[in-house]
This record gives sequence, structure tokens and C-alpha cells, in this order.
Amino acid sequence: MTDKTSRTFSGPVYVGLDMGSSRSKVVAIDGAGQLLGHAVMKSGIDFSRTAKACLNTALEMAGAEFGDIAHAISTGYGRTNVAFVTEESKTEIGCLARGGHHFFPEAITVIDIGGQDNKIIKVGADGHRLGFKMNRKCAAGTGAFLEEMSARLDVSLEEMNDLAREAREMIKLGSYCTVFSATEVLECIRNGKNVNDIVKGIYYSMIRRVLEMDSLTDRVVMTGGVVEHNPYLVEMVTEMIGRPVFLAQHPQLVGAIGAALYARDEAESAKVKASKHSKEGKRNG
Amino acid sequence: MAEEKKAARKKIQASDLMNKIMSDYFYNLHEAATSGKQKVAWCTSVGPAELLRAMGFAVHFPENHGAMLGATRMSTEMIPEANAVGYSPDICSYLTADIGAWIKKITPLSKAYPGITSVPKPDVLVFNTNQCRDVQDWFSWYSKELGVPAIGIASPKNVDEVTDSHIDNVTHQIEALIPTLEAISGNKLDMNRLREIVALSRECTELWRKVLETAMAKPAPLTFFDGTIHMGPAVCLRGTREAIDYYKILLAELEQRVKDGVGAVEGESLRIYWEGMPVWGRLRQNSDLFAGLHACVLASTYCSSWIFPSFDANDPIRSMAKAYLELFIVRADTYKEKYIKNMLEKYHIDGIIYHDAKTCPHNSNNRYGMPQRIEAATGIPSLVLSGDLNDLRCVSDEQTKTNIEAFVEQLQERK
Repeated sequence: MTDKTSRTFSGPVYVGLDMGSSRSKVVAIDGAGQLLGHAVMKSGIDFSRTAKACLNTALEMAGAEFGDIAHAISTGYGRTNVAFVTEESKTEIGCLARGGHHFFPEAITVIDIGGQDNKIIKVGADGHRLGFKMNRKCAAGTGAFLEEMSARLDVSLEEMNDLAREAREMIKLGSYCTVFSATEVLECIRNGKNVNDIVKGIYYSMIRRVLEMDSLTDRVVMTGGVVEHNPYLVEMVTEMIGRPVFLAQHPQLVGAIGAALYARDEAESAKVKASKHSKEGKRNG
Repeated sequence: MAEEKKAARKKIQASDLMNKIMSDYFYNLHEAATSGKQKVAWCTSVGPAELLRAMGFAVHFPENHGAMLGATRMSTEMIPEANAVGYSPDICSYLTADIGAWIKKITPLSKAYPGITSVPKPDVLVFNTNQCRDVQDWFSWYSKELGVPAIGIASPKNVDEVTDSHIDNVTHQIEALIPTLEAISGNKLDMNRLREIVALSRECTELWRKVLETAMAKPAPLTFFDGTIHMGPAVCLRGTREAIDYYKILLAELEQRVKDGVGAVEGESLRIYWEGMPVWGRLRQNSDLFAGLHACVLASTYCSSWIFPSFDANDPIRSMAKAYLELFIVRADTYKEKYIKNMLEKYHIDGIIYHDAKTCPHNSNNRYGMPQRIEAATGIPSLVLSGDLNDLRCVSDEQTKTNIEAFVEQLQERK
């Protein structure tokens, strides 16, 4: 899948809106499933406003207008806040499975690290979900954990990847709990430990929390904003599980693309039904 | 897509009668406790209620009170009171809610039944640890608080096959309670009366079984959520004629629904089994959520735990011991797995939900690999929901909703 950024597109577009707790992701695709436009913004406190802003950007990038939207589906925490474009939604688990299987059409295990929750989703070779696990009611291992730690260390989220990569050692955090982990980090700071080593330990802790949720089978695909912006974390996962991890071109957009693919499939299925009814109507008439 | 819309839930007409029976039960208890005309015993839900009734006690079930605190969403405010006096937020939230409510001098009975200001003060507390050790700790607290004796049965646990030696053990323990109970009640145990009570309990639980088994029909005429409410008489009034009369009426209504093809959930397309405790404070919410997705949660281990086929009037005490031991929660995983597999087949189940209740490890059967083993053996998908029976601080509504919707999507894909 490649990006199209010129404003030459004409035809129906299908939109997927992944309204996450931390970031909102909106994509526009064409009937062939090609990504035409996309946008990612901080969700903030007004999901509807953020969704509109993302949609405008994605449509502009696609060279399309609101009227070109043939169908749209939303997903994610704020999925019910986008009635201005669609009232149809699917769970992020469904959309991640759909999007993941679109890029890797075989049996896969999707590991998604989101802002507020993590998921491990097993998808069969035919694209059907076999099962899934979400983290328990706890922020350990999620993007929120990383945000909390970045604040404690007074380093930006953007800096963390490079800091971890340059670590010479790794300081292991022992606690499940985000707050207790933060206390451990504070203790490390007080003891003059190297920030790079602490950040690497934070990544390690996140990965452990995710990997303990379920076993990994088949090809492992990782998705989500944390993965997109922290490639070193993916390298660590690869090393820890001892086999390659696969990423889509935009790991953060996989859920939104899954939603858009569902939108396309539903629109096409409705078209087929309408055409069938029309033919039957003519025959009967 | 898992299309959620406003659910059309069908009201069970017998509900009004049940409310009347339960109201009479609570007012009788109140009368017994306040007038002193009848001694009051508190009993754990699968404790020796038959014996207590036979000896003339009015019987109160604190677990039922705990569930009422949960269902009225009062429990989360009460639990911290018990935490503050040393009862951890990690232990049974029936216990912590109930003790917390006592400390705060609050009961949901007051709102439901005007004139009742407190749970009935007990003359004796009688437990059976067949469910967990927490019930003994719970009654011990009240024993000290109120200066009344707490006596009971220390049950074998993790039992695969119930053997004669298990039954001998519990039989002796039940017999050992009798002198104390005779002294408190002032009544000698009349074995003929006990036989009558055991016969009534057996009839009650047989009818309850038939009520639950109407859900084998497609569509199912009642849901798990209905069951958690309508089990009230089976829990609080087993051993009485009132419970039997009620279940005859309820059964007739449900059998009529089956004949008419009327389902509890409009357009039932998925059939789901619930393993574990209800989330009492979210009964309506969860019931609506599933109904809106055309998924019927129609059978459960929880509601089926009040079926006691071993009660036998000819051998009352020994059969009580056997019945209390055969309870699902007493059993080892080997038995539990066979039981659940049988239920999945019997009720034509598409998917199973395990409720991992934070404060109820003994009723959270997902913790030792059971979902994986049963799924591998049956091919029926499973979902584990994190939550709690009474402590809503352990419940994430958004995560619950996403999990359930995603599970329903997954099951629909398989259809």
C-alpha cells in the first residue's frame, strides 16, 4: 500500500475513524483498499471536533470532499462521538484484526499497544478472529504508562526511543503498577542512575506486561502508536520472542484502515443487495 | 457489525408474585427479630438451612443481603468502611459490603421494605465453608460484634468425586451442631419435621432446575440475568411451601413461552454461558447490552448451583451433607470441566464468558487455565471479563463493553 497525496482522485472514498483514548486516527481509502489520505491528532477532550479536523485533513490529502464519502465506520474509545459522519461502529479489536489481516493475509497474532489498553488478537488464515485478550483494568504496559514515565523523567515521548537505543545497561522495574513503577524510577533518579538505562528498563517492563497477556502463535504483527513512534521497542520485542515482528507501513493506522475496509465491504455488500433486489423487482414486475 | 440498539426485554409476569413472597419473607424475619417470638439464625447460602428451619429458626442469608447491596449499587460506598477496620479490599466483597453496611447502620432492606430498619439481629450464626473461608471470617466478626455464637461446618474442598468419607465427615459436623442449636432455639430436633423440610427443599430445587432448563429451548425464554433475580426464593426460602408454589407458577409461564416460541431476547442469534459471579451492580446494564446485540446469556453455573438432587427425606442429615458437598464450588477442576462441557452441550452454547471477580477467587474459574482447556476440547470460544461481584471500583464499564461487543462480533463471524 502506498500513499497518494495528489488531488487527482475522483470516486467514492471509504473512511475509517479510530477515535483512541490518546490519539485519533482517520483514513480515507478507495475501493481497492488503497490509502488515499490520513491524519493523526491528539484526541483531547472534544472527540467530535478532533474527528472533524482529522477527517478534513485526510480528505484533503486524498483529494476528496465530504460528499465523496460512500461509507464510514468508527472504532475506538470515542467511536460514538462521530455522528456527523457515521453512527456505525465496530470494536477496535475487530478493526485491528481486519486491518492486520489486510496487510498480512495469513494466520497472524496482532499485538496492539494503545494509549489506554493493549490487545493480543489471534486471527485465522481466513481472516476470522479466533480470540483476543485485553489488558486487565490497569495501565501497566500501555501508552499511558510511557506518558507517565516520560513526565517523571522530564524527557519528551519523542526522545525516549533514542535514549533507550543508546543505553549501555538496563534497569529492570519490578512492579506491575504504574504508580509503583514511577516510584522505582524516582529512586533510580535519586541514586544517579543513567536515564538511558532507565528508559530501556521502562520499555522492557511494558513489553513484559504485554507478552504475559497471551501466547504468541503464527506471524506476529505489531500495531499502534507506541509501536510506530518507538521502533526500538519493536527491536526489543523481536529479541525477546526470538523471531521477527512484522509491521504495516503505518502501524498506528491499522485500526482505522480496518474500519475503512469494513466500511468498503459493507457498502459493496449493500450495493450487491440493492442490485439483486432491483433485478428481482424487474423480473417480478 | 455487532449492532447495538435499545433492547426489548420481556418482563416475566411472575415477578410481581416473587416480589410479594420475598417481601413477606423479609417482614417475617423482621417480626421474628423484633418481637422475639422466633429465634433468628444467619446461615451461609449453602449452609444447613434445612436443619435451622426444622428447629424453628427464622433464617437470614447474609450473602443475599450482600447481593442486595450490590444490586442497589450501595456496596461500593460500604466496602471502604470494612477496609478501614482491617478487612482487605481484596477479600470477598459480599463480606466487606455487608460488614461496612452494618458499621454505617444502613441496609437496602429499609428502602425496599418500609419499616425495616436493620438486618434481623441473630441469635446464632451458622456457616458452611463449602464456598470459601471468608464466610467463617464474616460470621466471626458478627459473633464478636453482637455477642452471639458462630458455629458451622469446615467443609472439604477441591473434591473430585464425593466419597463416603467426605459425606461421613460433614454428616458428623452437622450432627455436632444440633445440641447447640437445640439450646439456643429451645426446641428438640424433630426428625420428622427435618424430613419434611428436606423433602420441600428437594422439591424446590427440582422445580428450580426445570425453570433453568427451559432455557434449553431456542429461543431461550429466560436469561441468566432473570435467573439471578428469580433465584431469590431458591436461596432464601428453600425448605418452604412458598418457594415451591412460586416456582410452579414461574415454570408454567416459561413453558408457555417455549410453546409460543417467545424468547427473552428479541431475535436471539447467539447463546452464551456465564461462568462465575454476576456483577450485581451492572445486571440491568449487562442485560441490556447483550439483548441489544441479540445475544442471550441463558445459562450459568451460578444459578444452577441451587439445584441439589441429593436431598433425600429418608436420610435427611446424610443427604444434606452430600448435597452441600456436591456443590460446584466445592469440586476439583476435573469435575468442574466435565460439568461445564456438559452445560455447553446441553444448552447449545456458542460462547462462554468467565467473570474474573477480583474479590472472589473461588468463583473465578479462569485462573488455572480452564478457559484454554475447555476451548481446546470443545472449540467453543471464551472471553474473560475482569470485574467484581460487588466492588464497582474493580469494574471498567468501557472495557466490559468493548470486550463483550468484540466477543459477539467474533461469534457472529463464526456463524
